[in-house]
Amino acid sequence: MARRTFVAWGFCGPFIALFATFGVWPVVSSLSMSVTDITARDIRTPFSVDFVGVSHYTALFGDPVFRRAAVNTLYFVAAGIPLTMIIALALAVALNSGIRRAKALFRVGYFAPVVTSVVAIAVVWRYLYEPDGMINSALAVIGIHGPDWLNDPHWAMPALIVMAVWRHFGIPMVIFLAGLQSVPADLLESARVDGATRWQAFRNVTLPLLRPTTLVVAVLLSIGYLQFFEEPFVMTSGGPLGSTTSISYYAYQQFGFGNYGMASAASYVLVAAIALLSFVQFRIFRAKA
Amino acid sequence: MTTITASTTAATATHTASRSLRPARILLYGALALGLIATLAPFAWMFLGSVKPTGEIVAAPSAWLPRSPTLGNFGQLLSKQNFGLYFFNSTVVAASCVLGNLLFSSMAGYAFAKLDFAGKKLLFGLVLTMLIIPGVTTFVPLFVLVSNLGMSNSYLGLILPFVVTPLGVFLMRQFIRDIPDSLLEAARLDGAGEVRIFLRVVVPLCRPPLATLAILTFLAQWNNFLWPLVIAQTEDHYTLPVALALFSVGANGTNYGLLLAGAVTVVTPIVLLFLVLQKQFIQGIAHTGIK
Repeated sequence: MARRTFVAWGFCGPFIALFATFGVWPVVSSLSMSVTDITARDIRTPFSVDFVGVSHYTALFGDPVFRRAAVNTLYFVAAGIPLTMIIALALAVALNSGIRRAKALFRVGYFAPVVTSVVAIAVVWRYLYEPDGMINSALAVIGIHGPDWLNDPHWAMPALIVMAVWRHFGIPMVIFLAGLQSVPADLLESARVDGATRWQAFRNVTLPLLRPTTLVVAVLLSIGYLQFFEEPFVMTSGGPLGSTTSISYYAYQQFGFGNYGMASAASYVLVAAIALLSFVQFRIFRAKA
Repeated sequence: MTTITASTTAATATHTASRSLRPARILLYGALALGLIATLAPFAWMFLGSVKPTGEIVAAPSAWLPRSPTLGNFGQLLSKQNFGLYFFNSTVVAASCVLGNLLFSSMAGYAFAKLDFAGKKLLFGLVLTMLIIPGVTTFVPLFVLVSNLGMSNSYLGLILPFVVTPLGVFLMRQFIRDIPDSLLEAARLDGAGEVRIFLRVVVPLCRPPLATLAILTFLAQWNNFLWPLVIAQTEDHYTLPVALALFSVGANGTNYGLLLAGAVTVVTPIVLLFLVLQKQFIQGIAHTGIK
């Protein structure tokens, strides 16, 4: 028996050691840093820091820059998640509805943005969003005079949302596709026999059966989108006028200023938001199921 | 008699359905094709732009096809911008993380799935919790830790925090749990030890999840941005995304030819890998979402 335990720890040991050091410890440490006045100068002498209670958290919510970042993050999540889900579901349904020719081509093509690095793709999109770039040229064709997307405080965030949706819809698309394939065909068939239209069958049979899939997609997207960071970092540096500064970006800025305590507090606001949103989604979808 | 009527009705129904569906189907294909073109246009523009001289890229009105194609941008990236080195760094970091994840996750996955030890449930709960912790939460203390270990600005500092991931252990444990115990018992009766069972029975059966894990880890590390940005302080430890980001916000911001060639350098290897292994890529992502 003792030997078996020894063997088990042998298999698990390397993972646990690394996971504890580089995974769990930083999470605990981040929480404790958020209630101290630790700065970049304390990096080698962790015992010189003082306990400051929740003052970083109160300071955060008193800081208009952070409040702006929180609002921006919510804006991004509130617009990005539904948009991504609708596009992903529409494409999944289209790909699943009796399309035979070129199905693989569509699936692979639509999935391609998922594998690209945001930094590389930002280079391209920055050019597309130029005042006389591709997007405005296309809009000019239908008589719309497009804005200077990334330099206009009202349009910078929508521009980043479009780019983020473009990059991410492929993942929910394949998850929805897998979900759709598990919807029993005879159930849809009998709905049709009972006189339901295509839309009614989708609305009353397919959608309810997709509820677990939708939950997974919603939770995955909220975890991902609440961390909104790379797009503003590479595309706008959080500007113009702070209109694309997110909570993650704010935490990164505080880290850059050497305010490690504030950076940790901001990141824990994010942890709380992720936990809360996941919990709420579980409640909503469970209640309906 | 009834059967014949039923099948005739069914045949007529299918017939009318396929006829009435025709315009709808053409519309569907048209919409899907249009969407595909819109999705892939940024890629096309990037690849075509990377072989244009900068003057041609910024010229208005801009043309899609290069008038005087050149590989000069790539030559300059390699000779003046050290992209060869960044490419090497990205490869070393991504490959090491893949190896570490495959080895440690399969070992730990086996222990979590089939062996008994104290605190197993608690530990696995911790692994699941860590799946939702955002990267920005850990990078400050991680930076302090890695600095204190004297590993900032080193390959070890780039690699160690990602050499194991909760996702890896989760994936492997889910798969290994479904391997029948009787198979392991049979090996035990034949006198095999746990190490031998793991290497000869478990690992050979684990090819599918190992392939998934390898692909997901490589993808995540090749595109990883925040951590290398924080930890690589001098050029000799930049990875491709870091080099490209700093390069694009720096004084070279206007040199679109070089920037696009840089972007192509980052994207091409992973896109090629994706085209070859697209099935595993897509299934891998779908599995992590479903399980």
